[in-house]
Amino acid sequence: MSTPPLVEFRAVSKRFGAGPLVLDGISFTARAGDFVSFIGPSGCGKSTLLRLLAGLSPVSSGRLTVDDLTPEAAAAELAFVFQEPTLLPWLNVARNVELPQRLRGTAPAERAANRQRVLDLVRLGDRAAAYPRQLSGGQKMRVSIARALALSPKILLLDEPFGALDEMTREHLNEELLAIRGAEAWTAFFVTHSVAEAVFLSNRILVMSSNPGRIHSEITVPLPYPRTSDTRLSREYLDRVADVSRVLRSVEGPEPAPTR
Amino acid sequence: MSRPLLKLFLPAFTGVIVIAVWYGVHFYLTEEMRFLLPSPGAVLQALIDNRDTLARATLNTTEGALLGFGLAVGVSLVLALLLSLSSLVRTSLYPYLMALQMTPLPVLAPICVIWVGAGLKSVALLTFVIAFFPLVVNTTQGLISADRHLVELFRLYRADRAQQLFLLRLPAALPYFFTGLRIAATLAPIGAVVADMNAGSSAGDGGGLGFQAVIYASQAKYPALFATAATTCVLGFVLNAAVIALAWIALHHWHDSYERTDP
Repeated sequence: MSTPPLVEFRAVSKRFGAGPLVLDGISFTARAGDFVSFIGPSGCGKSTLLRLLAGLSPVSSGRLTVDDLTPEAAAAELAFVFQEPTLLPWLNVARNVELPQRLRGTAPAERAANRQRVLDLVRLGDRAAAYPRQLSGGQKMRVSIARALALSPKILLLDEPFGALDEMTREHLNEELLAIRGAEAWTAFFVTHSVAEAVFLSNRILVMSSNPGRIHSEITVPLPYPRTSDTRLSREYLDRVADVSRVLRSVEGPEPAPTR
Repeated sequence: MSRPLLKLFLPAFTGVIVIAVWYGVHFYLTEEMRFLLPSPGAVLQALIDNRDTLARATLNTTEGALLGFGLAVGVSLVLALLLSLSSLVRTSLYPYLMALQMTPLPVLAPICVIWVGAGLKSVALLTFVIAFFPLVVNTTQGLISADRHLVELFRLYRADRAQQLFLLRLPAALPYFFTGLRIAATLAPIGAVVADMNAGSSAGDGGGLGFQAVIYASQAKYPALFATAATTCVLGFVLNAAVIALAWIALHHWHDSYERTDP
């Protein structure tokens, strides 16, 4: 054992009220610098898992620690990128990016410096005065990522952030996200439905099964960082995509469930 | 023709047709029946002849309308904040707010007169009663309708209640508030005129447009009565325009309803 784990799930289960188990016996650890993706059928509880990690919802049983603290106590080390950009429409880009710092009482000068740094990172340094409705879907998502990064988090949680974007934009943002990570070095937990995205971004992929949500298996992606658009053409990358797709199909069953 | 020009020309054109038809009807009537619809020229003449009386009455009505309107805005904001706290509070209070709105103004007017006396105070109070319901309902709806994703974001970053109110709920409620304000701006001048008819007083030149309408009707000064009607219209238009301008200032940067779709 070298470094202690940054995040540790030990037999974590979750149910809402008296409802059925959403997550059952989740156990895994993640080290600083990991990029962990969660992939699985709808309803496997992968978003719930991120919410537990963010301290937005308590675990029902088991133990979950972030940096040896409870998720609630570790809140300052976390930032979250939601499925929707969740920008405040009445604030311009600059004020949106500064919002979490404002909520935490960061001094205005420091806020502005952080804002400029992260907007440059997502290549929107010249759009600080724009309002969200003037931005494209991809730009809004980049503002949302910048807002999370402005807190200089140790851990970044991303809940299907690119799910609503077209393929091209998604690939560009994947590359951008990794490039930023090269400079910022946070640990990422990433929920997605896209096998290609999971393989491209992660060094570890946890495949989940549903009813209740369990970790089915772990697939490591030994491709070295930095990864670029050329990575997508490599033999190893395509093999991993095939592996993950196969496992995912076995989890989802031979036939897709009839549409309800 | 360019779009802005068309937007001026079309209503002006409608106006010309309305006046033409008005003249037509006026002269179609037999001489002894023409009092039913005085000609536009006679109404304009009455407006000029009675300008001092009408101006004073307009000022009095405007004062009552604005006082009631302002009171409605203030009270409805406080009440909306209270109502937005929980659905239990809303369930407890809504029926009584509605009851107040359901009671016709001419019934409330004598009660008002008993309490605060006839005149400006009564007019303002009755205008308040008329104007505040749409404000409180819309603002409350706005305060409880903040996007749940945004509420989640504020929770994630541990916003306290004050931050949630000032940075999220109040700005999110603004478009709803302005919807209420526009309805209230239409109701307030009407309310003030009706209140003036039922609870006004001419003591110390305090009579408003409602009072003046009653006087002109009783004296069979019909052109002056029509001139009074036109004046109340203008008053309503001005108040509405002011509210629309205010809404534009507050919302046009960011709200989708001000999005320009054409290039």
